[in-house]
Amino acid sequence: MPLVKQGRITTDLFVHVADGAELPGDGAILISAARFLEDPEAVLKRAGKTGVIWPNSRAVDDLVPHLDRLAAVALVFPTFRDGRAYSQARLLRERHGYDGELRATGQILRDQFVFMSRAGFDAFEVKKDADAEAFAETMKRYSVFYQPTGDGRITALNRRMQLRHSESAGQ
Amino acid sequence: MYAYDELDRTLINERVSEFRDQVKRRLSGELTEDEFKILRLQNGVYLQLHAYMFRVAIPYGTLSSKQMRRFAHVARRYDRGYGHFTTRQNIQFNWIKLAELPDALAELADVGIHAMQTSGNNMRNVTSDQWAGVAPGEVEDPRIWSEILRQHTTLHPEFSFLPRKFKIAITASEHDRAAIKIHDIGLRLHKNADGETGFEVLVGGGLGRTPFIAKTIKAFVHGRDILSYVEAILRVYNQYGRRDNIYKARIKILVHELGIEKFAKEVDEEWKLMGDVGLTLDHSAIEEVRSRFSYPAYEKLPHMPDELKQAAADPLFERWRKNSVAPHKVQGYSIVTLSLKPVGGPPGDATADQMDAVADLADKYSFGEIRVGHEQNLALPHVAKRDLPQLWRALDRLGLATPNVNLVTDIIACPGLDYCSLANARSIPIAQELTRRFANHDTADMIGRLHINISGCINACGHHHVGHIGILGVEKNGEEFYQITIGGRADENAQMGVLIGPAVPYAEVADVIEDIVEAYLALRDRPEELFVDTVKRLGVEPFKERVYATR
Repeated sequence: MPLVKQGRITTDLFVHVADGAELPGDGAILISAARFLEDPEAVLKRAGKTGVIWPNSRAVDDLVPHLDRLAAVALVFPTFRDGRAYSQARLLRERHGYDGELRATGQILRDQFVFMSRAGFDAFEVKKDADAEAFAETMKRYSVFYQPTGDGRITALNRRMQLRHSESAGQ
Repeated sequence: MYAYDELDRTLINERVSEFRDQVKRRLSGELTEDEFKILRLQNGVYLQLHAYMFRVAIPYGTLSSKQMRRFAHVARRYDRGYGHFTTRQNIQFNWIKLAELPDALAELADVGIHAMQTSGNNMRNVTSDQWAGVAPGEVEDPRIWSEILRQHTTLHPEFSFLPRKFKIAITASEHDRAAIKIHDIGLRLHKNADGETGFEVLVGGGLGRTPFIAKTIKAFVHGRDILSYVEAILRVYNQYGRRDNIYKARIKILVHELGIEKFAKEVDEEWKLMGDVGLTLDHSAIEEVRSRFSYPAYEKLPHMPDELKQAAADPLFERWRKNSVAPHKVQGYSIVTLSLKPVGGPPGDATADQMDAVADLADKYSFGEIRVGHEQNLALPHVAKRDLPQLWRALDRLGLATPNVNLVTDIIACPGLDYCSLANARSIPIAQELTRRFANHDTADMIGRLHINISGCINACGHHHVGHIGILGVEKNGEEFYQITIGGRADENAQMGVLIGPAVPYAEVADVIEDIVEAYLALRDRPEELFVDTVKRLGVEPFKERVYATR
């Protein structure tokens, strides 16, 4: 499953470690929320980076105290019609100021890229190669956005107000 | 009318390109039908019994003549020469070919029409009073707020994959023509003690297999805060709405399971935590949207022009005028409803020729503007009273002057088993038979206001729960049966109808409705007592006795 990061297909530096398996001494790991919460300190004092896969059925509140020590948070889309992780992503980015890697995992098609990016995701485990390859092109699908989110894209309303302001300033 | 600017046009064109890519990927096999299903539903494309059905949005029920002509064109070029107006201010085309859909969509986009979120588990087309901006006594024009919400809900990055569909309706009149109490969120525009504009917010209404009337979650939310408050409701719903069972996934179930107080508390907490996230609408932001609405340059006209006085001698004209013409906020003008319920016809259908002709009449008599209401009728919102006789003659020739607005033959019905893959029973032939039984307009007039709603299955697209008489198709041992309820209503006093007894077979439905109406005529204490008020006064018992005594 290709990983898209910073707009292109890239090698995944994080190793998925299953719940029963032993943690490697160093290197970046991605582990389940349950495993992480058993003993966060033990995990975080390792030499390598830590990423946590957070389920979409659990409020992110329990993760918030650890955010500044995490290198990645992976949120889950069990099917692409299950949109809970969009809310989790916005809360992590916009309310809790998380600025590490925010990864989308699960059933990810190109048709969610723009929504996900707007919600704060910057890494995507994409289901199909063709979709991963089409990432950059797909992100150009839209140039107009009606809603403000934490992604910094200017809204249609703000563009209109700016235009109006510059028009009246020019008179 | 709201005029799209370059940004609105760009966005809907970008949506057309995206959909074109999605259809291409489906046709090439790159997308499975399962994957494509969610994507097509986001853009109003259903797979029905015989073909794809294409549902197109008419936001808050406002159309220009140019847009109506484009519907006529799409009906002719891509469909079988007609369209069907729905109960949520949409139009449906029933015979579209998948490969041609992107082109049809592109032609609609040319005139500022889209199909975004007319189906799927997202925020649906925002609906409003079809008389918005012209009805006397409105707090203010609710279309300004409808448009603000239309933009905010379009391609929302957080709420496009909700547990289930989500419908918002807005009214600004004391008499609710937008049925806000049967919506996921209902917004009633009003002013607080300081004269500031805001909303009573209702939540958790809806029909389907578990019907609920919406409850007030907040008596007053200031206009500037409405987007953030709606966003807070949606965020709570997106996270906690049930996803394990589609029949329990609507927000009404979450509100019911938590109770309105607990749900309101969750929303308030989220709203407080949200803080300022750029959703506050300051005065200039609201004015920016308001400035894109244009209003007709009304003339100063007499209240009672000579043309109207002369035409009053014609009893046919007078019957139509009393039935289909409503007061306008500007003196000398009227709002005219065009009945899409001809005797023997399927409710809400219009042919391409009728659409073109209505567009021409709108240009001639209504400043080029047309409205679509949830009762599946059209309206011309700004007709000078002096033009009423001429307009009537033209409408009559087109079959659009049936004087049955709000009467027993003004039936709301879903497409039913004739088209729909979910239906258990037919709706349209029941409606057609009833219009024949009550074809005498004088009789219908004597019966008075009476709303019949028909749904072909429990999903309740025909809103049968809130019909004065509701007819619900069910299947029993492979045969079509119908449950009859009475006493429902969808207005500001919304309530669910009560079942009168066991379901009756297809062939007996019209007889049963006739019995109910006859019972009402015998029971009402004066001619002005409406059917629904007689039911309220006496309960269902006397009607039940009448219907089942001989069956």
